[in-house]
Amino acid sequence: MRIKDHPILTFDKRKEVHFTFENQPLIGYQGDTIASALVDHGVTTFGYSIHKNRNRGFYCAIGNCAACNMIVNNKANVRTCITPLEEGMNVKIQHNKGEIV
Amino acid sequence: MKHVEVVIVGGGPAGLSAAKQLVEANVEVMIIDRNPSLGGQLIKQTHKFFGSEKQHAKMRGFDIAKQLINQIQHASNCTILTNTTVVGLYPNGILTTYDNHTYQEIKAEKIILATGASEKSLAFENNDLPQIMGAGAIQTLMNVYGVIPGKEVVMIGSGNIGLIVSYQLLQANVKVKAIIEAAPKIGGYAVHASKLIRHGVEIFTSKTIKKAIGTTTLEAVEIVSLDENFNEVENSSEIIPCDTCCISVGLSPSHQLASLLNVKTKYIAALGGLVTIVNQRFQSSDPHLYVVGDALGIEEASSAMMEGACCGLFVAQDINKTHPNHQTLIFEYQQQLHQLRSGPYGNHTLEGLEIMKKEASNVR
Repeated sequence: MRIKDHPILTFDKRKEVHFTFENQPLIGYQGDTIASALVDHGVTTFGYSIHKNRNRGFYCAIGNCAACNMIVNNKANVRTCITPLEEGMNVKIQHNKGEIV
Repeated sequence: MKHVEVVIVGGGPAGLSAAKQLVEANVEVMIIDRNPSLGGQLIKQTHKFFGSEKQHAKMRGFDIAKQLINQIQHASNCTILTNTTVVGLYPNGILTTYDNHTYQEIKAEKIILATGASEKSLAFENNDLPQIMGAGAIQTLMNVYGVIPGKEVVMIGSGNIGLIVSYQLLQANVKVKAIIEAAPKIGGYAVHASKLIRHGVEIFTSKTIKKAIGTTTLEAVEIVSLDENFNEVENSSEIIPCDTCCISVGLSPSHQLASLLNVKTKYIAALGGLVTIVNQRFQSSDPHLYVVGDALGIEEASSAMMEGACCGLFVAQDINKTHPNHQTLIFEYQQQLHQLRSGPYGNHTLEGLEIMKKEASNVR
């Protein structure tokens, strides 16, 4: 969910950015990272752990922890918390270490 | 291979302050940051700073970031690479960067690491469930992107970051169900804590999180009381339903890049963890490499800015491009640092720096 009223910050209306998450069309805004747009839509699972298949979510937001690594436009291990959202991006949950394409 | 006089890794308060002095000294500088924009953690800090005018007191973090960026971004001798991660560090001032599609090799006369710190994690059952997040992550999400992490948050840790982020959650209309502190007293400044208590937020001391509950995402946390030896008190368990849990249990210096270079490092608890050993000029055991800011010991952004400025001045001097006001500026910034560390929280840092000094004298 987006912040609407804030005592200090203002969030101007920004241009919509269309993308898909697991083939489902979603809308983010210019200035979003992939992860911020997903959290806005209530997405909590960004991936699964390699060995025990445990759900992985948004954790550090600064590209440190790798919990939000996803497949973006067929490229694996994209750190979605520091990758700007772009029009037409195809974002998918990653289930393994990722494959080189 | 590209050549630059000085590369600064990390465009936060320390890196930008170093850059300003170098730019003024006519040094050719390149700032590399993996984030989409410069400013480091300042860009998400909505609270006003304490301290003196030189330390940007009474300004909000994100305004300080704007000011620091403004001071350097139009300088012709300053190149800024954002969305770029330094992935390799080699002897003789060589580093490699990666920016989405390409690797690049850069040679610098001097490299300043201003990589900051990363948040510590906490060990408890199910601590990897989604919606358990770092305090910095929540700050970024709300204050940079305008997105809230959830509706009901339990905060673990009552240091200044835990308290400030709790207040910022309230400002974004998110309920803070409780702040949990393992120590017998609140860790951060009383001024932050009392503001929260006035808003009806409960702060529980001598308690900790034992377990996170949920299947695919967080649904509740189990909290237990601790005795004076930090052992669990029997039958003290309580369950707090929540959709988000924020972990704010301190920071540790980001030493990883320096560790690639085999420079001398040491675990100094008073500075927050493993740090590079540097001399009084911030120079490591590799003469090409300097380290500054939180990467050298956890303090506040104010100290990082003062240290950054000093480091920038020393580096300019070390490549024979001494800043025209070197003496005056060094004196001023060092005095500011001294002042910042003379408060009740500075003892720890001073203790750590004493150890650093001893170690550095053994380096060369």
